[in-house]
Amino acid sequence: MSDSGFDRDRRSVSGCGLSGMMSLTGERVTGEAIRDSIAILHERSNGLGGGFAAYGMYPHRKDQFALHIMYYGAEAQGQAEAVLGEAFDVLHDERIPTRPNPGVVDPPDLMRYFVLPPAGKLEESGMSAEDYVLARVMRVNSEIPDAFVFSSGKNMGAFKAVGYAEDIADFFRLEEYEAYIWIAHGRFPTNTPGWWAGAHPFTLLDWAVVHNGEISSYGINKRYLEMFGYQCTMRTDTEVMAYLLDLLIRRHGLPVEVACDVLAAPFWEQIERMPEEKQRLYTMLRQVYGSALVNGPFAIIFARDGEMVGVNDRIKLRPLVAARKDKWLYISSEEAGIRGMCPEPDLVWAPRAGQPVIGRLGSDVVVGEPGVGETAGMGQEVPSG
Amino acid sequence: MGSSSPGREGIGRPGEGARASARPRRVPAYRRSAEFRWTHDAERCARCKRCVQQCGFKALSWEDGPVVDPDKCVGCHRCETFCPQEAIAVVPNVQHYRPHPLWGQAHRQNVYLQAETGGVLLTGMGNDLPYPILWDHLLLDACQVTNPSIDPLREPMELRSYLGRIPDKVEVKMKDGRPEPATEMGPVLQVETPIIFAAMSYGSISLNAQKAIAMAAAECGTLWNTGEGGLHEELKPYADRAFVQCASGRFGVHADYLNAGAAIEIKIGQGAKPGIGGHLPGEKVSAAVSETRMIPVGSDALSPAPQHDIYSIEDLKQLIFALKEATNYEKPVSVKIAAVHNVAAIASGIVRAGADMVYLDGFRGGTGAAPTIIRDHLGIPIEIAIAVVDQQLREEGIRNRASIVAAGGIRSSADAAKAIALGADAVAVGTAALLALGCTLCQKCYTGKCSWGITTQDPRLTRRLDPYVGSKRVANLVRGWSAELEEILGAMGVNAVESLRGSRERLRAVGLDKTTLEILGVKPAGVGA
Repeated sequence: MSDSGFDRDRRSVSGCGLSGMMSLTGERVTGEAIRDSIAILHERSNGLGGGFAAYGMYPHRKDQFALHIMYYGAEAQGQAEAVLGEAFDVLHDERIPTRPNPGVVDPPDLMRYFVLPPAGKLEESGMSAEDYVLARVMRVNSEIPDAFVFSSGKNMGAFKAVGYAEDIADFFRLEEYEAYIWIAHGRFPTNTPGWWAGAHPFTLLDWAVVHNGEISSYGINKRYLEMFGYQCTMRTDTEVMAYLLDLLIRRHGLPVEVACDVLAAPFWEQIERMPEEKQRLYTMLRQVYGSALVNGPFAIIFARDGEMVGVNDRIKLRPLVAARKDKWLYISSEEAGIRGMCPEPDLVWAPRAGQPVIGRLGSDVVVGEPGVGETAGMGQEVPSG
Repeated sequence: MGSSSPGREGIGRPGEGARASARPRRVPAYRRSAEFRWTHDAERCARCKRCVQQCGFKALSWEDGPVVDPDKCVGCHRCETFCPQEAIAVVPNVQHYRPHPLWGQAHRQNVYLQAETGGVLLTGMGNDLPYPILWDHLLLDACQVTNPSIDPLREPMELRSYLGRIPDKVEVKMKDGRPEPATEMGPVLQVETPIIFAAMSYGSISLNAQKAIAMAAAECGTLWNTGEGGLHEELKPYADRAFVQCASGRFGVHADYLNAGAAIEIKIGQGAKPGIGGHLPGEKVSAAVSETRMIPVGSDALSPAPQHDIYSIEDLKQLIFALKEATNYEKPVSVKIAAVHNVAAIASGIVRAGADMVYLDGFRGGTGAAPTIIRDHLGIPIEIAIAVVDQQLREEGIRNRASIVAAGGIRSSADAAKAIALGADAVAVGTAALLALGCTLCQKCYTGKCSWGITTQDPRLTRRLDPYVGSKRVANLVRGWSAELEEILGAMGVNAVESLRGSRERLRAVGLDKTTLEILGVKPAGVGA
């Protein structure tokens, strides 16, 4: 482990607890409920990492990219700010407010910047604003050893640290923010001391992913992503998950449901039972995206502006529970986690293996909800062996 | 086994062997020893003469008991296997020349042989020299605690694979709120297991042997390969699971042939004899072989070393597209090459020339006939070839455009799993299939006298191989290996073969040098995730 705590030489394998909540109407609440939920899942983590992402939290600057950056030392900050100053119009910068917590030790310097790509430079680059920002974020993260951008979306933010998630919520004063989507993660890494940048959520622009599991197909997933220019530098499984989602949804334009069915592909036996047209699509998906099949145990919750998704692996080797209450959707590793955010849900269910649960802003129908929103044939009954 | 008491061997000692005395051995003026010592227990012998009948090499004759011509015994063990009394034992003939570390027995024997004949020494099957076997330096991973293993007896395990050109992405359009593919998929081959059969022509092997393999391919949902011998009338029912080969001699190639198969394979080279053509001696060109190959009975079938219309990569492209035109772009085209030093760049060129599959044949691959010196010294290991080709195609972003089939020394499901982890889409087996049919690896395929009825056209010998029984044995082999692949996947905690394919992270090496590790893209054992 280097002095900075950025140990990138070994892949981290971890077990974890996850929670997520979303108001389908965009109602914003403070981070207290999600904090209480992840606190109940305390036993699923070991104090070596935790974090949160919140959507709709910067309404006064909702059209600007919010960069959350951690620094180990003034030199790194200087270098990173030079990159930012050159690449962006920095509209506002400030320290991320924290409060001392005995469970969160040795924090780096935590800053946040609200930026926009200057119109001229953006045009010159020929990229979309998103790709422009992403390229700069990648540059900071790969070239400046002691600086790390851990959040870079619009009107959203990620917070993460080494410690137990509930202490981290206190440290970052999450009760002072309001958001309509909150996702949270408590981490149990097995082979590395936790490090701040390696905690979840993992973010990419306005995407945030929290993940429980170890990807048994990591080797090929990583090599597949390399063909499309993704370098898996963080050596966490979650990074692979985030890049796969970025590739499938943003770059290849697959609907979220279909992307989930790539990550947790239906079995051939299930595909053979599908109607003809659908069979054609799913056969093709497996032929083309075999290397993107995420095999082994996982449960993930990911979110972007207006959408929260929970899904787990094709044979459900990690737990995932979902619930509804009025206009809210809840997802957690355990029902206890759900009751931590919502003591009396209307409906609690365990999504089937590979069946995504998707909440969308402005839609009362939750994809994957029993009887109402189950995507015909998208969810999977695992065939017997 | 019968006893092999001293003095009962039928070799080189006229007057001493049991019943071997009747005809004194022709004593050569120069020294050359027989390779095998044929021993026989006269007391156990039932005098049934079966051994004499069974020997395809005419090494045995009957003169009041079996008499061996030791120069003709190839050690195929047919007589031993069929002796009802277990009276026969065939053992390697250990020669007690003064040992020499440089001049081993084989070198000395070859010099003696060539001093006699002045010819090129021939052989069959794969390289038998003790080069390092990289498979045996690679170990597979398994799950413990942090990710669970999966029980293949209780949970689904998927080996289904597709071979051919795959698009880089699926474009989806929404129709009535449902996603539909907007991408068109070209012709691809579906196999239920990533184990297919290597090319072995009718001519090099018997029709019964080829039929057994074709039937096994149909039974197992996998593919067989005609080799460069055309498609015999009787095998047409199995053509929909066949690669039809187009090699340098173009034997048996016509429009119906091309359209009959599941796919077309252009054979540029063979692992056992890179850069070398083929030679089916006229003796093996029977009426049926002649009809299938479309050449006169008894004429030598010579396949030139290069394809004379392919002297460059752009020529290959023309042939690929000529074949695609001839088959209305309905058949994927594979290009088979021997694994040679520059294999990665060559494979990349082949893919860019429009091939849908690259078939890599390592230097240990088998052959029906090849010069020994070529078989034993040309080419590179398949393990290396898979690694560098897969990596090259990935770096160029064209890995989806063609499947990689790896062959040349796949001995078990473990070798297959390692090949797939290195990056192969499927492996092809030839020797293993022949072993399942009774082959004992005597390496005398080129003589056309195979006692097991495999590499011969002699009706007396070929009728020994019942294609139905043979197909069951070959299918059993594929099933057994497939079940073992499922066990391996389960232990690794994945339930689809595509999660192992190219996943070198699941391999670790023991006893390999740093450069080889880098080329293979594999970490040494002891390095964690």
